[in-house]
Amino acid sequence: MSLELRGLSVDIAGRRIVSGISLRVADGQCAGLIGPNGSGKSTILKAIYRVHRPAAGSVLVNGTDLYQMRPKTAARRVAVVAQENLADFGFTAREMVMVGRTPHKGPFDRDDDNDQAIIHDAMQRTGCADLGGRSFQSLSGGEKQRVLIARALAQGADHLILDEPTSHLDIRYQISVLELVAGLGVTVLAALHDLNLAALFCDTMHVLADGHLIAAGSPAEVITPEIVRAAYGADVLIVDHPDTGTPQLLPRRLADTSRPLARPATTTPAARPEPPRPRS
Amino acid sequence: MTAAIGIGPVPLSPASVWHVVLGHLEGHPAQSVAAEIVWEIRAPRVLLAALIGAALTTAGTVVQVLVRNALADPFLLGISSGASVGATAVLLFGALASLGLWAISAGSIIGALVAMVSVFAVARQHGRLAPTQLILCGVVMAAFYEAITSFLIFRGNPQATQSVLFWLLGSFGLASWPQLPIPAVVLLAAMAYLLAQARSLNALAMGPEAAASLGVDVRQLRRNLFIVASLIAGVAVAVSGVIGFVGLVIPHIVRLLAGSDHRRVLPAGALIGASFMVLADLLARTIVAPQEMPIGVITAFIGAPALLLLIRRRPYLYGAAE
Repeated sequence: MSLELRGLSVDIAGRRIVSGISLRVADGQCAGLIGPNGSGKSTILKAIYRVHRPAAGSVLVNGTDLYQMRPKTAARRVAVVAQENLADFGFTAREMVMVGRTPHKGPFDRDDDNDQAIIHDAMQRTGCADLGGRSFQSLSGGEKQRVLIARALAQGADHLILDEPTSHLDIRYQISVLELVAGLGVTVLAALHDLNLAALFCDTMHVLADGHLIAAGSPAEVITPEIVRAAYGADVLIVDHPDTGTPQLLPRRLADTSRPLARPATTTPAARPEPPRPRS
Repeated sequence: MTAAIGIGPVPLSPASVWHVVLGHLEGHPAQSVAAEIVWEIRAPRVLLAALIGAALTTAGTVVQVLVRNALADPFLLGISSGASVGATAVLLFGALASLGLWAISAGSIIGALVAMVSVFAVARQHGRLAPTQLILCGVVMAAFYEAITSFLIFRGNPQATQSVLFWLLGSFGLASWPQLPIPAVVLLAAMAYLLAQARSLNALAMGPEAAASLGVDVRQLRRNLFIVASLIAGVAVAVSGVIGFVGLVIPHIVRLLAGSDHRRVLPAGALIGASFMVLADLLARTIVAPQEMPIGVITAFIGAPALLLLIRRRPYLYGAAE
């Protein structure tokens, strides 16, 4: 169940937003798409969930071109959790999740026992079973994300696209949402704002700047001061995470960047045999 | 409905109403003044009111999903006014005369479509519909179409003017059996299509991008909803003039009562809209009896305060769309 982009280019209103994007997410892996605001992350994702038709290149799901499939077939393969900008018609959480069954249903089909079971299961797995009767609009940010992930699960897709799933969430919910997604066992491509969270949860990372991919690889390969400076124009220190050894960023004050480091950035040395050293 | 047929200048008991109606259905109509009143005047009137109530509610529901804004309805977006331009042109100048009975309906459907397309074209910026802009454009366009209608009336035949003016304010006073089939057929066909697409409507209400990711062909669905809403609003205006607020307020009440799933909202809305309109028509012809109030006056008296209440109670509903 792989997801692959081949030479993908997308135009919006006659202007090329991203061009020549090629990347591959292997079965069950979680890939992070990072880059500054306006670099084209959402545009790439929207080409995958059929909001923007690619100007060139293709989107392959398990080797099959997504744009050769019927919309409903494609929707059974790829589900999306995006920033919802919902005009509130008063939908309940349960109704939101039930809409996930749309690609499996023909005109006039009723919700049968199978659908009910799938909805129930999806809401249990995402820990929102007790929110069913609440109005979606009244939920907290973290609860909304859980409901939307439940909807994606109800859709029955084995590929999940996430567009900034953790922005506007408190740290507790940021972790729990990504933990939840990582535990689903589906192939994930997520645009993420927070580089530290991305490094912690992603198997591979792809760095976007001005509509082009400028780096790709494991978090250790991608999260370097050079690449971060190239993409974001910011100076950072990189340290190893004490738990996992994955790279984590520390922001630096402008005045300090020209001076040598006052002392090596350290974490609690007692927990680790070898104290981490800054990579820069 | 029975009560609505029974009440009027000549009061009739529910039993006698049913006696007449059943007599007609069985093929041997009773011959009496009461029978005449029931069958020729009140029955078609009440049925027409029910049909139009259902039609306006359905059109309102569709337009609200289409623009993802609970403030939208055919009346506010100028669609009804556009339809009335078409219908007035037919009434006063005999445009499209070759279509016979269908002429007024065709005229107002064309007017509705033109109005809808133009309002959307003007309000659209960078491929997006901002709700406030849409409503503003709708109000401006409505004023513009009303000016055209007034101009047409001003230029038209003075005898016809009186009836056009009365029709414009909305009334079922001229209801007759031959008027019923067109709105009935259009409404039934539209309802069948909408119920078949109800799941897609739910998805679209959650956002065009969410809908696309759920396998809905958003462009095609939107285009069809456009046409369906114009058709329903067009035939409604053709037979009953411009009746405001029903398409706006009833869908809200239905969503409060029946939830948001369009598989329930559409049929429940049609029923509640129909009942509301029958009652409103009953009021229109009884409170100032023997004169008749235009029904648009009644719906505005009930609808405007109801809408203001709704806006105050649930402010986040309005303008929450993209």
